[in-house]
Amino acid sequence: MYSNAYIFRYAGLMVILVAAILSSAAMLLKPMQERNEAVDKMQSILSASGIQNVTADNAIELFNDYVVNMVVIDENGNVTDEFKGAGKENSEAFKINLKEQLYNKSVNRGFKLPLYVLEKDGETINIIPLRGVGLWGPVWGNIALKSDFNTVVGVTFGHKSETPGLGAEIETPVFEDQFPGKKIFSEEGNFVSIGVIKGGVENFPADVQRHNVDAISGGTITSNGVNDMLKNVLESYVPYIQKRG
Amino acid sequence: MSTDKQEREPLFSAKNRKLLTNPLNIDNPITVQVLGICSALAVTAKLKPAFVMSLSVIVVITLANLIISVMRNGIPPRIRIIVQLVVIASLVILVDQVLKAFVYDVSKQLSVFVGLIITNCIIMGRLEAFAMGNKPWPSILDGVGNGIGYAWVLVAVGFVRELFGSGTIWGFHVIPEAFYNIGYQNNGFMILPPMALIIVGIIIWIQRSRNPELIEEN
Repeated sequence: MYSNAYIFRYAGLMVILVAAILSSAAMLLKPMQERNEAVDKMQSILSASGIQNVTADNAIELFNDYVVNMVVIDENGNVTDEFKGAGKENSEAFKINLKEQLYNKSVNRGFKLPLYVLEKDGETINIIPLRGVGLWGPVWGNIALKSDFNTVVGVTFGHKSETPGLGAEIETPVFEDQFPGKKIFSEEGNFVSIGVIKGGVENFPADVQRHNVDAISGGTITSNGVNDMLKNVLESYVPYIQKRG
Repeated sequence: MSTDKQEREPLFSAKNRKLLTNPLNIDNPITVQVLGICSALAVTAKLKPAFVMSLSVIVVITLANLIISVMRNGIPPRIRIIVQLVVIASLVILVDQVLKAFVYDVSKQLSVFVGLIITNCIIMGRLEAFAMGNKPWPSILDGVGNGIGYAWVLVAVGFVRELFGSGTIWGFHVIPEAFYNIGYQNNGFMILPPMALIIVGIIIWIQRSRNPELIEEN
């Protein structure tokens, strides 16, 4: 039989030991994890604009080659910061915490959002990073627009913990490949965003097809999350886009 | 508990081999012990996540069984469940952290499963039922056996659900386009969790009809 004192000592010691192991592992590994996250972000940005064969090893190099400008814009559509030199991974635009800024937006405070401008085969591509909520946790992604800020070139999505096989399908090509060619503005020039809808987009008239993609069966809440994320983030850039004319 | 006789036992004696093979069939964690059903429903819509989940559970259950078995004589019985949980949770978090630092792609695949592994009742069930009372080596075998027993059911369910639900295997299309042209359709119900329960039920049915000793008398 174990005494109460033994149980307390055992539990206390175990908790301290485990805490020490886990926190030192987290601290030791943090620089590598942060680097991996930055590289992953660059890979996602590059592949949204259709650049192939990006690996973890050449991502930083390719990112600095392709990206010509890292822009920060505010809630009124004014440019507050630009960065065109080398070492773009250290620019303000790259380091913006989207979660914080979108929270500021939701409580009607001022906010700053990044815009990445790429140059690929002589064409300008604008990348807007996305962030929203899915079913179990955050979802995020990048949307690449042509220089008209209207036609979609490509998208990439990611998620923290959506259901595998259902909501998690948003990061598969089957879902992402529906986006290229869609428009975020109507023919009259009003902002519509891109919708994720049920019922099979091909069954709808052309003006609906222009702005919508198919949702995922069994992943309704994640699909709605992607829908809301696109609308919420893209509308924040509308003042900027309209100012450019 | 251990006896002198056990210590001289060969590594793969008949008894030890049973620890490995029983969980595959007559003592299967999912179909006979009916544990881990929750994760079997959650991750089997496609084959690939089912496989990743299986692999992670095999690793975690084996390591956790080993650690608990080494610690078993010092663990106060009154807080043993908490100790087991702490071991499982820290193991899973530690593995996830290491993967995040060194093989980020794998960790991105796994991140969804971390929570599911920690709460997988098979792992705690084996710690409680086996590792608390057995030596490290048999505990490792028991962990590997149960992990594989869990894995084959998951992969079988994932295979059926992906084939009929999405027409793909491991993400590749296997049902020819011609089938769709003459009116074949993917079964949307296969993608939803209830279908996993029905498939697990069918596996249990087949298994019991082939193993009379599993049929309860009543």
